[in-house]
Amino acid sequence: MVRSSPLLRLVLRTVVVGYLVLLVAWPVSLVVTHTFDGGFSALSKAFADPEVTHALQLTAIVALSSVAINLVFGVTISILLVRYEFPGKRLLSALLDVPLSVSPVVVGLALLLVYNPRSGWLGPALADAGVQIIFSTPGMVLATTFVALPLVIREVVPVLEEIGDDQEWAARSLGASSFQTLRRITLPGVKWALVYGVVLALARSLGEYGAVKVVSGNVVGSTQTATLLVDQRYQNFDQPTAYALSFLLAVASVVCIVIVSVLRPKQEA
Amino acid sequence: MSIDISHITKRFPSAGSGKEPFVALDDVSLTIPSGRLTALLGPSGGGKSTLLRIIAGLENADSGAVTIEGTDATHLPAQKRNVGFVFQHYAAFKHMSVAKNVAFGLEIRKRPKAEVKQKVDDLLNLVHLTQFADRLPSQLSGGQRQRMALARALAIEPNVLLLDEPFGALDAKVRKELREWLRRLHDEVHVTTIFVTHDQEEALEVADEIVVINEGRVEQVGTPDQLYDAPANDFVMRFLGPTTEINGVLHRPHDIEVFTHPGIAGSIPARVVRELRVGFEVRLTVELLDAAHEEITVTVTRAHHRSLGLRPDLDVWLAPTHGAVVPVMESVTA
Ligand SMILES: Nc1ncnc2c1ncn2[C@@H]1O[C@H](COP(=O)(O)OP(=O)(O)OP(=O)(O)O)[C@@H](O)[C@H]1O
Ligand SMILES: [Mg+2]
Repeated sequence: MVRSSPLLRLVLRTVVVGYLVLLVAWPVSLVVTHTFDGGFSALSKAFADPEVTHALQLTAIVALSSVAINLVFGVTISILLVRYEFPGKRLLSALLDVPLSVSPVVVGLALLLVYNPRSGWLGPALADAGVQIIFSTPGMVLATTFVALPLVIREVVPVLEEIGDDQEWAARSLGASSFQTLRRITLPGVKWALVYGVVLALARSLGEYGAVKVVSGNVVGSTQTATLLVDQRYQNFDQPTAYALSFLLAVASVVCIVIVSVLRPKQEA
Repeated sequence: MSIDISHITKRFPSAGSGKEPFVALDDVSLTIPSGRLTALLGPSGGGKSTLLRIIAGLENADSGAVTIEGTDATHLPAQKRNVGFVFQHYAAFKHMSVAKNVAFGLEIRKRPKAEVKQKVDDLLNLVHLTQFADRLPSQLSGGQRQRMALARALAIEPNVLLLDEPFGALDAKVRKELREWLRRLHDEVHVTTIFVTHDQEEALEVADEIVVINEGRVEQVGTPDQLYDAPANDFVMRFLGPTTEINGVLHRPHDIEVFTHPGIAGSIPARVVRELRVGFEVRLTVELLDAAHEEITVTVTRAHHRSLGLRPDLDVWLAPTHGAVVPVMESVTA
């Protein structure tokens, strides 16, 4: 490593700290102080509001469902990408980055085009079968899943690559079936990457706004998640509730980050 | 009862599209005797690992058949072959203790707990790892990890034990210890064992039988002595040890006698150019005093060197030792 002069280091440190304070720490701390402007009244008032509790519940349902889906598919796709050769593998790998690079609003619109019950591509057939995707929970789960799709995969793939397939082959030669090998060797091997990916996906899912707004229809008390409600209350001059909800969302994310940073060193050991 | 490999061919697709596939094994036929320690010896990229992996079922051959102890194993998946495989880089189950690693195959087979424990204890004892039973593989040295991998493979009482460069990642001293230990272990356990190596000394020292593989073909099969004394061709001769060429014939540098006086029948006049002492031997570079003035290498022992008073610029006469066998150019035994 190149040794830098003490002055340069001081300048760099100041710039980085200043940058983070202005961009992250200060705004977030303002949310906290505004939440507790009137002691706990904003929080208790928010919890007494059925629209708020419903929105929180819905957020939890949508986030947990999409994380569960992303966990299963994330592991499957990761193993497919790392352990198998098939035509179109490069394309699949590239496609997986689309959710990260495309705006969530576009994701929402795209889903609308496919699943809209009147004009969509698949929607009318599903509607006839009694399945409603758009303007209901399944559509919101779908949108959230899409947006958080790469997070698990991008954590698991490098670890799978790094541990290689020797252990898996050793297990096979010792008599393990492919399912036993997956459960006893592969999954324990990527355990921490999985936990990390899941926590990231959870944080992302809790905070999703754009895609969900488009597909949910934002119906108060029905398809309104916490983030949508924050926006609506803020627009309607109910700032205390908006701040209280924001605070809760921020706490959830911070808890996620703390979990991750506690797990990190273990993963490297 | 043995391992029969008949007409195995394996191709790998080449990197660039449109190119010919790469032939890693070219119609290999081979019989590995039961209960013996056989070495697959050959240069890097020769196809040794590929052959071993095909025997274990970790890779499929394009054509040909593998028969293990009388059962056709060609289409049997790896987990049904009852083959113990030891990898060059140990392939230790990182999240399991040493004892759990060794117990893995038995637990998969749903053996009773008491039996598993007994067996694991016995095996750890056999590989001298009893006091490390509760450690994680990351807390072991390379040699210890490899012994653990060996115990793990032996736990399932395999029909065949396959080792792919088992000591390749270890330093020279540990390597030597472990190969002697492997020899002793094999004398105790008697399981049919094949191990891959590209170190000819390792093969000569440990194996009952050696299979020399080069560029996807078997060059020769035989005991270490047969291979060393009667190499089937120049490749085997060159691969098994240093060689030196006089008038188009290969000799071992220590199978050439050096005289300081003329008159020996068939001796060739030469002159010492340089000498290099390596341990107990002295490597002489000598120039043949014929038309081509070729430089060749001859080795003599330190004592011989002193008694003859060899030194640079001295005129000497060289004669291939009687009894040291000249290569027989016969077809490959297979
Ligand atoms: N999965 C694969 N895909 C493509 N080519 C391969 C593959 N595995 C092996 N090969 C090629 O086949 C040839 C034989 O490989 P193999 O690993 O059997 O050699 P080896 O004799 O074990 O060599 P080494 O002593 O270096 O381990 C090599 O040229 C290698 O590049
Ligand atoms: Mg190899």
